[in-house]
Amino acid sequence: MHLAHYLGLLHRSQIELAGALREIGEHHRDEPDVHHVCERLAAQCDDHAGRLEPFVRRYSEEAPQEPERLHSTLFSGTRSGGLGLLRDLHDLYLMAAECDISWTLIGQAAQGARDTGLLEVVSRCESETATQMTWLSTRMKQAAPQALVVAS
Amino acid sequence: MSDRIADPWGSRTPYGPPAVVERLAASLPGRLKDVLPGDLGRRSPWPVRVDTFLQEGIGEQDVDAWVQAASIMHSNGDAMDIAVKDGRIVGVRGRAGDRVNHGRLDPKDLYGWQANNSPDRLTRPLIRGCGGELVETDWDTAMNLIVAKSKELLDGPGGWGHFGFHTSGQLFLEEYYTLGVIGKAGIGTPHMDGNTRLCTATAAAALKASFGTDGQPGSYTDVDHCDAIALWGHNVAETQTVLWARMLDRRRGPRPPAMLAVDPRETPVAREADVHLAIRSGTNMALMNALIHVLIDKGWYDERYVRAHTLGFGELQRTVAECTPEWAAQICDVPVRLIEQAAELLGSCDRLLSTVLQGFYQSNQATAAACQVNNIHLLRGMLGRPGAGLYQMNGQPTAQNTREAGANGDLPGMRNWDNPEHIRRLAELWNVDPSVIPHWAPPTHAMQVFRYAEQGSIKLLWVSATNPAVSLPDLARIRRILAGDELFLVVQDLFLTETARFADVVLPAATWGEKQGTFTSVDRTVHLADKAVEPPGEARPDLDIFLDYARRMDFRDKDGAPLIKWHDPESAFEAWKACSAGRPCDYTGITYEKLRGESGVQWPCTPGAPRGTERLYTGGRFNTDPGYCETYGHDLLTGAEYSEEQYRAKEPGGRAFLQAAPYQPSPEVPGQEYPLLLTTGRTVYHFHTRTKTGRAPQLNDAAPEPWVELSPGDASAMGVSEGDTVRVESPRGALEARARVCGTRPGVVFVPFHYGYWDRDDSGPGDGTARAANELTITSWDPVSKQPLYKVAAVRVSKVAGADGALSAAPTVGAAAPHDPRVPRTAGGPAAEASEAFERPGDGGPGVQERSGLRRDPGDRERFTPRDRVPRRTEEE
Repeated sequence: MHLAHYLGLLHRSQIELAGALREIGEHHRDEPDVHHVCERLAAQCDDHAGRLEPFVRRYSEEAPQEPERLHSTLFSGTRSGGLGLLRDLHDLYLMAAECDISWTLIGQAAQGARDTGLLEVVSRCESETATQMTWLSTRMKQAAPQALVVAS
Repeated sequence: MSDRIADPWGSRTPYGPPAVVERLAASLPGRLKDVLPGDLGRRSPWPVRVDTFLQEGIGEQDVDAWVQAASIMHSNGDAMDIAVKDGRIVGVRGRAGDRVNHGRLDPKDLYGWQANNSPDRLTRPLIRGCGGELVETDWDTAMNLIVAKSKELLDGPGGWGHFGFHTSGQLFLEEYYTLGVIGKAGIGTPHMDGNTRLCTATAAAALKASFGTDGQPGSYTDVDHCDAIALWGHNVAETQTVLWARMLDRRRGPRPPAMLAVDPRETPVAREADVHLAIRSGTNMALMNALIHVLIDKGWYDERYVRAHTLGFGELQRTVAECTPEWAAQICDVPVRLIEQAAELLGSCDRLLSTVLQGFYQSNQATAAACQVNNIHLLRGMLGRPGAGLYQMNGQPTAQNTREAGANGDLPGMRNWDNPEHIRRLAELWNVDPSVIPHWAPPTHAMQVFRYAEQGSIKLLWVSATNPAVSLPDLARIRRILAGDELFLVVQDLFLTETARFADVVLPAATWGEKQGTFTSVDRTVHLADKAVEPPGEARPDLDIFLDYARRMDFRDKDGAPLIKWHDPESAFEAWKACSAGRPCDYTGITYEKLRGESGVQWPCTPGAPRGTERLYTGGRFNTDPGYCETYGHDLLTGAEYSEEQYRAKEPGGRAFLQAAPYQPSPEVPGQEYPLLLTTGRTVYHFHTRTKTGRAPQLNDAAPEPWVELSPGDASAMGVSEGDTVRVESPRGALEARARVCGTRPGVVFVPFHYGYWDRDDSGPGDGTARAANELTITSWDPVSKQPLYKVAAVRVSKVAGADGALSAAPTVGAAAPHDPRVPRTAGGPAAEASEAFERPGDGGPGVQERSGLRRDPGDRERFTPRDRVPRRTEEE
């Protein structure tokens, strides 16, 4: 059973997203909404990771060796300025999308595994991840015209 | 005579609720009310008391003309007549027949008009001279400079994005609408907002989120009918004194309403209330969730109303499931018993009136908490009938109009930026291509406008009738932005404000009494303010300035005709009416002529409802249809915007939304370094940044300097007593002022936000001591309404110097009432004596409006000195 690998993937993605939210939020302190919301969303990601942990442990006992190239790196540092902010939020969006589709797939697998406990975690967390993506998209859509057309 | 500095609320005229037959009549639709005899259903039993204040030596008989107007010194919409003698304003008198105030006036109205006659009014345009100083010039030179800069910036792709407009809550409807069309269809910029973002954005956001569109459900006559009043972060006694007088009159009359106050300070409202919850600043949401928890848990809600008229009950119930009073008591730091008492008061009344203001709007989770007040009314079916009212109050006098007319972060006519059909309608109305009107995102909010200016992409900022150099958070930063070399700053004002001192061009504006226009109160009452006198020197009405700019910019519609097709206030009003048609704020039944009648008129007012509409949502049908609503909604915790598809999937079908969110702590909470919580706010004698009230001697003398309110416990722990100079510091800055030891909650420090530096002839503290509250506040805002958080900054306080016999400049009236009984009472003396005239018993019947159409002679009223005041109800009663 390979569920453990996908759980591990999502667990790691959530932790990396939390880290990126904190780093980007801190770097863009002069955008207070980005700073404060990123901080809150990072805490949400930590919570998601915490809820996943017992399942990661449980399923890893029955897992074969982890395949290669399961995980890909989506964030490699912050940028500055209006364009930089847009690109950083863009990174966060892609990382949240990685989590979002993982939740969907793990939800599918949880049904196959008849694991109601895991399903509960998925249904609770996946809507928060979806809202994170909506917020990122909202914020980027507002910023894009000024950053891409107006600013010199 | 009455000293309205010593007693801002004036004499009591106690009254009881109307008879049941009146209430039944009042609950009928307008068309049916029209056929009832004797204005049954439209009368208010609140007695008339006409307040007058005239310049010394002038009697009513000396006045040449009385010119109709209403107040722009606060947001209640009190109607008045301006007294004119020899071409000058010499006083004011409340309008007896007006539904809002029944003749009463706020002290800021009684005395504030004197600022019009100030010798330091701006009378000529100013521009930067060669040495960098502001020098006088003529209108042509000043306007041509702005137009040349504008044309240069507009040239090229994305030129619209270099423009920002920051307007006010004190202009008139016609001016906002004109500015809105210039910005949205002339330049095509979304960067239009203003001071109303600081005062009323959350009211609008909460109304949209719950009911589908902006628009206040209630009426001021709900004070007459209600049996309970809940005041949520609203020190109405100091912000809208006449509305408080009406509430007090009910409290002193037969069958008085119960009263609940939520406020960390011991305000006059808190002292009057039966239950006062002095919660820790920033924890409103925890309290609200606990109150709703109790209402649901005890079954104190109207199940039928909830089922038929709302959506989201299940989620709300789940969200508050764990939010017990015990849980909230820990977070809010108030006794469990008081939370339970408050819930019982809310759950047991039959006609609940709620009013909400800055204690919610400028605090943590603003929109979410304001929506919970809406939820309480929805859960209890307390909307749309006499006494069951809700005011998501405005902070500024004409805030309602900038929201309606779209000079701020809204689209004209309460339209939805995300609805292509709404944009098409505006484009059709203005005869422009829809792509000109920015609608790829919501209009840019004020704090973001300043951020773009800080980053240099906004290069022209036009500030009208407001003073961001004192009113925005973190002033050191704002001053840096305004002083930026790359920013071309235009300031349009009456005086050389702190902000104007940074300007490249200063335009002298006319004000209330010197120009004509309409504006609307929180209960949707539209008033006309006529021109009484000529403006000083070359000062011009704001409308004329905007029209002149549009003409010089040569903005055209798509057929090559001028974009702006109106030329004066009345033609602007007619243009606005066309824009408002079919929308919630429908003005099509209102004319200037109608507004010259006895009383203001409530919108919606259409040819089919020519006398206006007293209450919205009377049948429990809300403005939530996808094609009609003003927003598709937000996630309350992040502000993430939902799409049209997501909205349609909810199938609102005219039902209201019960919005739910968990409590989250403020972005800034006290810690070791900054152990106290700063809250800022208004006080009774001043408005905004004192540009007018600071120039009215009675008002200024009552509170000439800022002060720092401390609780007795905190003060004694710091070794501070009344009048000592203290230093308040936050991570942003510091200020110094004398301490007032009074009834604020332990751990909370209050500083009034009105004081800046213009009366030191400066734009900021310079080398002197800082004194503006906003030196300390944090740059942070609510995720949905984008209203800044003025009420939750972490600070520390230290003693700088002993009082040495001096007292703080704080008044003894209002929330600043001192702990030390030896502080002399605030009084205005002979210079503040205003008159109060009462209707003779029996001469007007139960109502005022019954006499509509009659012009009353001042001699018709009897003068008297108030008899013994009715004693205050004590808690034992």
